[in-house]
Amino acid sequence: MAKIEVNKLNLWYGDFHALINVSASFIEKKITAIIGPSGCGKSTLLRAFNRMNDLIEGVRTEGEIIIDTENILANGTDLVSLRKKVGMVFQRPNPFPLSIFENVIFGERVHGENLKRDNLERIAEESLRAVLLWDDLKDKLQKPALGLSLEQKQRLCIARLIAVKSDIVLMDEPCSTLDPQATARIEELMRELKDKYTIIIVTHNMQQAARVSDDTGFMLLGELVEFGRTDDVFTRPKDKRTEDYITGRYG
Amino acid sequence: MRNPKRNQKIAFFFLFLATLLIVVPVGMVVVIIVVKGLPAINWQFLSDIPRQGMRAGGIFPAIVGTVYLVLGAIIFALPIGLLAAIYLSEYAKENLLNRMIKLSIVNLAGVPSVVYGLFGLALFVVFFKFGASILSGSLTLGIMILPIIITTSREALESVPQSFREVSLSLGASKWQTIRHIVLPNAIPGIITGTILGIGRAAGETAPILFTVAAFYLPQLPKSIFDQAMALPYHLYVISTQVPNVDEKIRYGTALVLLTLVLFMNLTAIIIRYKFRKKKKW
Repeated sequence: MAKIEVNKLNLWYGDFHALINVSASFIEKKITAIIGPSGCGKSTLLRAFNRMNDLIEGVRTEGEIIIDTENILANGTDLVSLRKKVGMVFQRPNPFPLSIFENVIFGERVHGENLKRDNLERIAEESLRAVLLWDDLKDKLQKPALGLSLEQKQRLCIARLIAVKSDIVLMDEPCSTLDPQATARIEELMRELKDKYTIIIVTHNMQQAARVSDDTGFMLLGELVEFGRTDDVFTRPKDKRTEDYITGRYG
Repeated sequence: MRNPKRNQKIAFFFLFLATLLIVVPVGMVVVIIVVKGLPAINWQFLSDIPRQGMRAGGIFPAIVGTVYLVLGAIIFALPIGLLAAIYLSEYAKENLLNRMIKLSIVNLAGVPSVVYGLFGLALFVVFFKFGASILSGSLTLGIMILPIIITTSREALESVPQSFREVSLSLGASKWQTIRHIVLPNAIPGIITGTILGIGRAAGETAPILFTVAAFYLPQLPKSIFDQAMALPYHLYVISTQVPNVDEKIRYGTALVLLTLVLFMNLTAIIIRYKFRKKKKW
């Protein structure tokens, strides 16, 4: 079932046409990778799903993005509930300069009605367990999050999303600052999270896309050139440009 | 013959000399005031009222007056300055109105302090009929230190990385929640630094309080914010120029108390900033 349905999405930064007629369906509880060279619009597409592009001045969009039957580009969209539902993991692990505990429960502090200690502790434990950090960090919850390793920080950022109870997790090159071992472990985590979450990952790394994703989209100069099953995109690309890119002829 | 090595030595010498010249006056001011003022400092000087036409006794009312004035100025200037800084750093878009606001702040910082004094006299003392009072003096000093507080607070807010705001918004926090939970807490040390610098400035200025609050001689402590008060900088002016035959010791003692107060404030600001920089990891 399609969790996100994109219809003829166009986006401009001022005069620059950054997304051109993008249409695609992102399937529920699957990992969809978006690949393409720098500046092709893949991060812009990702940021359209939680309306983070709104923060940039002079952005204009046309078309539809339907998430659970609702067009989130419509004027009346409640950005708070949209962003609770559609969480984002950034390229650079970016925990707040707070304790590990306060990082995980940040969403609850902002949205929650039940701020009792035991509820917060339960949320922190569940979320840290989901990203396999609980055993390592359960005795250091009050330590500053900025002291963690990069991989732990990135896991913590994912835990922070899980605590908000997102159903869609957008990942913008989540492993680009990590070493290969840490990357492999984060990919493992993504496969585990797939049971509960719809994951869309933007990546520079084609091997990563091939390893973790079910579907893959290839973008070039603002267009979604190819979109389909990952196996098909990598082994039998329909478009010449996709073939050139994945065989390393440019990008 | 060109001799780059010798030229470099000469240049270095003059650069160093110019830099050294900055240190000399500061050092001399402190040394002279400490040497001449220290003999006057004792418990009676700090806790007694002035006696014998200010030629003896202490300066307690002036110390208290300065503390009241500074507190009043901060109570007034900190909330307004902080809210304005939040607006300018987080909400203001680049347009004509906001450019005018920013220009006004820069100009406010450049207004001579005696002009503030006259302005305070016209607005608070006369127009609002607060009379020469702690209230009028505090408000005048408050306006004077507003630009310091706004500028330093804005810098502190803007130095909080943009990525923190993005993450917070991406987690569904509203703009105000982001400011309250993420931006402000990380900016507080910078805001405190600015506030203390403002306090130091307010404590040391004579001209703004000259027409708005300062009493020539008032042997009792003020009872309400509508009373006049003595204040250290003005008291120093009075005993140095208006009252004949005041012992040099007393004048320098007063100067020492004022200097210590201001330097202490600045030192506190420096320490807070230093600790904050050490702690900051992003």
